[in-house]
Amino acid sequence: MEYFIQQLINGLTLGGIYALIALGYTMVYGIIQLINFAHGEFFAAGGYMGVILLSFLSANGYLATNPWLCLSGSIILAMIYCSLLATGVEKIAYKPLRKSSRLSVLLSALGMSIFIQNGLMLTQGVYDKPYPSIFSGGGFDFGNIKISYMQIVILLITILLLVFLNILVFKTRIGKAMRATAQDKTMSSLVGIKSDRVISITFIIGASLAAAAGIMVGMYYGSVGYNMGFVPGIKAFAAAVLGGIGNITGAMIGGLLIGIIEIFGAGYISSEYKDVFAFIILIGVLYFMPTGIMGENVDDTRV
Amino acid sequence: MKKPILELKNVTSGYNEIQVLKDISIEVFEGEIVTLIGGNGAGKTTTLMTISNIVPATSGEILYYGKPIHKKPADVLPGIGLCQVPEGRRIFPRLSVENNLEMGAFLRKDHKKIAEDIEYIYQLFPILKERKKQPGGALSGGEQQMLAIGRAIMGRPKLLLLDEPSLGLAPLITLKIFEIIEEINKKGTTVLLRLCNGNGKNYRQRYR
Repeated sequence: MEYFIQQLINGLTLGGIYALIALGYTMVYGIIQLINFAHGEFFAAGGYMGVILLSFLSANGYLATNPWLCLSGSIILAMIYCSLLATGVEKIAYKPLRKSSRLSVLLSALGMSIFIQNGLMLTQGVYDKPYPSIFSGGGFDFGNIKISYMQIVILLITILLLVFLNILVFKTRIGKAMRATAQDKTMSSLVGIKSDRVISITFIIGASLAAAAGIMVGMYYGSVGYNMGFVPGIKAFAAAVLGGIGNITGAMIGGLLIGIIEIFGAGYISSEYKDVFAFIILIGVLYFMPTGIMGENVDDTRV
Repeated sequence: MKKPILELKNVTSGYNEIQVLKDISIEVFEGEIVTLIGGNGAGKTTTLMTISNIVPATSGEILYYGKPIHKKPADVLPGIGLCQVPEGRRIFPRLSVENNLEMGAFLRKDHKKIAEDIEYIYQLFPILKERKKQPGGALSGGEQQMLAIGRAIMGRPKLLLLDEPSLGLAPLITLKIFEIIEEINKKGTTVLLRLCNGNGKNYRQRYR
């Protein structure tokens, strides 16, 4: 039982991170029906921005004295950086193809993914970069169940970002414009919504959530690599599909489920196969329940 | 003689290679209710979509208060008082009724007046008030039509384009909708109305 709870906590930590990445896939899909295969690269770029900033802060000694300030500052800067990156990608690779077939945009997204991944490799090197230790060591012990400070930090940041996103999408003017554009582009321009701007904002939100996730994964596993975006990207995509692609609440639930399933699979079956479970789920969902948990049109939480 | 609020001069438009409108010219004067009538495939909906620049005009000119608008993107037109209730109502299905109305006022900043206008719409269509929390897609056809008209009124249009407001509605609801069209017309909104049967009452009719 204690082992179960321990794995559940580990699963929720990882799942929260997947949820953050999955939101980017689902929101972009909701608004322009594109699976943005370059999305995992925003996550990797965020992880790298984090390692650069945190290493710099650590070398100057700020990290030891002000860990919260350094971490939140780095996350915000990485989010801004990835927003700019996503805006650039959208302008160069997707916007000119808005009127073309969906296949051409998809191929353009794959191309962008390879381009950014190689860009990271050329500028940052092929070897993994270690993360400076932050919030490592220590934690709460409940018998044999251990929650580390880092897990708490990750869970707190994830919850904060998810709450913020929900307020943004469901309560603000721009969120309503996003949902209207996702539901009917012609009508939204007839009421005066600039769809191009709304699409850019959607990319920015998705990429900044991915950037935050990148930093947290780097912290959690202790290093980042140029190709780190690929596997978590595909897993988060599986999470978005599991939740019902296009549905925001679905992406959050799907992310948590994929994280928990992966950890349980690794813990109870075999850790060698930990990457396989997400893909089994992906195939199973596509085969038996293509609309996912939240399904299409089940409620109005779709963007 | 008064100047027209809307003027189409030899407008040609269509979809890709298919030319739908050929050299059409229309004038609409302030305070009028003008109906477009014609058979299926005559191009009534395309005319309205071309005025709103969803379907761009390939040649000719569209003047609104004497100024050309055919080069302006569709999303600036509601801001200058040109709103449309398009064919098929196009309610945002997963936004609540109230959010749908708010979207109609998307470009307005006068929040107090927006709230007043929502109340006004609820007076015109009390059923919408009862259902204000429900998603737009859950409404019946007639209720959706009321919502679509309400949403367009929320933009405080000077010129309202209405595409077949009576399509598929029970005669009583149709009557109610025409009453409301006349009411907003009396309050100063010019209306360009598209119908496909001849029940346009005594409005000044134009044929193409």
